[in-house]
Amino acid sequence: MPADAASTSPAPPPAGPRRPVPASVPAPVPGPGPASAPVTVTGWGRTAPTAARLLRPRTYEEAAAAVRACGAHGARGGIARGLGRAYGDAAQNAGGAVLDMTGLDRVHAIDADGGTVLCDAGVSLHRLMEVLLPLGWFVPVTPGTRQVTVGGAIAADIHGKNHHVSGSFARHVLSLDLLTADGEIRTVVPGTPLFDATAGGMGLTGVILTATVRLLPVETSWMCVDTERARDLDDLLARLTATDRYYRYSVAWIDLLARGAATGRAVLTRGDHAPLDALEALRHGNDPRSSTRTPEPGAPWRASTRARGGRSPFGDAFPLPSLPSSLPLPFRFRRNVPAGGPLEFRTPRFPAAPSFVPDGLLGRTAMGLFNELWYRRAPRARTDELQRLSTFFHPLDGVPHWNRLYGRSGFVQYQFVVGHGREETLRRIVARISARRCPSFLAVLKRFGEGDPGWLSFPMPGWTLALDIPASMPGLGAFLDSLDEEVAAASGRVYLAKDARLRPELLASMYPRLPEFRALRQELDPGGVFVSDLSRRLGL
Amino acid sequence: MKDAFGTPQSLLILGGTSDIALATARRLIARRTRTVWLAGRPSQDLENAATHLRGLGAETHTITFDALDPESHEAVLGKVFAEGDIDMVLLAFGVLGDQANDERDPVSAARVAQTNYTGAVSSALVCARALQAQGHGSLVVLSSVAAERARRSNFIYGSSKAGLDTFTQGLGDALHGTGAHVMLVRPGFVRTSMTAGRPESPFATTPEAVAAAIELGLRRRSEMVWVPGSLRLVMTALRHVPRAVFRRLPL
Repeated sequence: MPADAASTSPAPPPAGPRRPVPASVPAPVPGPGPASAPVTVTGWGRTAPTAARLLRPRTYEEAAAAVRACGAHGARGGIARGLGRAYGDAAQNAGGAVLDMTGLDRVHAIDADGGTVLCDAGVSLHRLMEVLLPLGWFVPVTPGTRQVTVGGAIAADIHGKNHHVSGSFARHVLSLDLLTADGEIRTVVPGTPLFDATAGGMGLTGVILTATVRLLPVETSWMCVDTERARDLDDLLARLTATDRYYRYSVAWIDLLARGAATGRAVLTRGDHAPLDALEALRHGNDPRSSTRTPEPGAPWRASTRARGGRSPFGDAFPLPSLPSSLPLPFRFRRNVPAGGPLEFRTPRFPAAPSFVPDGLLGRTAMGLFNELWYRRAPRARTDELQRLSTFFHPLDGVPHWNRLYGRSGFVQYQFVVGHGREETLRRIVARISARRCPSFLAVLKRFGEGDPGWLSFPMPGWTLALDIPASMPGLGAFLDSLDEEVAAASGRVYLAKDARLRPELLASMYPRLPEFRALRQELDPGGVFVSDLSRRLGL
Repeated sequence: MKDAFGTPQSLLILGGTSDIALATARRLIARRTRTVWLAGRPSQDLENAATHLRGLGAETHTITFDALDPESHEAVLGKVFAEGDIDMVLLAFGVLGDQANDERDPVSAARVAQTNYTGAVSSALVCARALQAQGHGSLVVLSSVAAERARRSNFIYGSSKAGLDTFTQGLGDALHGTGAHVMLVRPGFVRTSMTAGRPESPFATTPEAVAAAIELGLRRRSEMVWVPGSLRLVMTALRHVPRAVFRRLPL
């Protein structure tokens, strides 16, 4: 741990709202100049490749110079890119420049008492976890991968399994430095139009350089996880509605290949950060269930079932499985007894997916088999399993380049949200996907909490379903278009960070604050310096 | 921009009255295409085609383009690209000629070659450069199964398509890695106004089938598409038939 990273207070944010950057700075190095050969860039879904010049600024001055070059006459603009985990074309810019921000990856200061971190936008959540966990802090929101940068997390206003409790990432950002089209750096704080346009703004308001993020205190790097099965979609929705508030993290994996009465059957995985005493109890050979956790006032999700003396907090509709106290410690607990310190951050790593996989490897048969096994293998109900953070949050991160498994054509991820009271739409869409036999093994349902202020932020209170589908599936485009119609008719929306195919006409109804976003961009960036394939395709 | 399935939002058709091109445009407009440029010699047919596509909901423009005037290509096509990105260029112009007549009249034979090959080379190069500059887009070139092996009955047309075919393959390699994609389409006998009144060959197909194959090829980012697909096998076999035998085949 570098000494400066552990200092007790974050460096004060730069004074003044706008700071000019010296104009006479050299071109970014080793970022190649305009004459360099373009490289082909795709999103994580590996569809629609386009070519762009890659610039890799390593200082703020280089970033400013790169932005000025993007705005030069005849240039086709630029867009910031982090670790390329946006599924669609949000971080591509055909014929223009792509600013690889991973060269700006310094953690400037951690306030270990107050729980904030000031870091560059190119720092990944993985790096933050490495640095923060030993100090007892965790990132406030993490998506299904650690391999996203802080800048990308803000630009896509990512959400995690705790959205119903914590909202999206930008809600935890105290301030950020934004490099705007004029080449100047502005400090942007929540509650301002520029902040709300930038949170979820897909990088189109400027390049985020640094951010100050509020953190979450944790006692261990382990998770207490409850798993249960839901036999169909209605069962699943009822369980989520009744019990979501008792868990900080909550998510359901749906078997979208199940049909008939089992349509929408699912495995619910919910949990919270394990308290230290649960780990201690385990070390001493005791059942961690006997450890007590005191619910924090005003934080109902902390009051897990365990603290309620085994009585189901949600009535007889969902009785808790009764476990005799004399039950010997189950094998799974022993297996997971942590070897290192309670805050040790260990991440498994498997061999990478091969660089060539034919289309159709993950077809209906393989997926159907996988889904059946995955559903059967999940326990009907299991409480208080200890899991590593990486197992609970980021199981796919262990397989580098897993996106290659979908073959040459790549895959699309379809994620939409519909509000509460629109369950009928959700049911219909799930039934249609099941009936069509879309091969998808990553289908995830979540219940969102309050919406977020970002103008183009995706989350809104309601239900969100995300699924991966191979792009080589015949007729998929038209099928997803028809799902879009249903989503839009239900006042729902699709997630721009995952989109690669939305019909532009539907965008305005999905994002009602789009006119304000466009107006602000017009004012801030009249020359169109910040452009991406996404913004061209959808006319953002 | 093209979407995840390779469907373009804007389309430039060289040879705006071609049946195959219009079938393709209809198909793509039903998906994502909103802007269509029809390039061709000014004619009532071209205007009718534009009106038809407009009726389907696409913003359609016509421009004057003459394959036999390579000097003008840069200016004419440059103007289109200056208006905005073109996600797909469909090079669909070509003449079949009249083999018997052309064998007697070298000037009209040269005209077939100039249209199908020389005009295509210059316009494709103009488009390729523009696609390369914008970093994305597909150049789809209509070749023919006739390009694969010379046949007694249409070798003038076939040789011009063979030149175009070879040129397109090379261009595809040249543009590899630039974001631009080149796709060669080799249809068999297509029932169009160009082939009206001629005896049908085996494996005859329709403009709609060619359009469907083009859409599929875009989705797969294919480099070569045969229509129908079975022709790939047939031609692979025919390519290896000895000439003395091939000459006698009723093709």
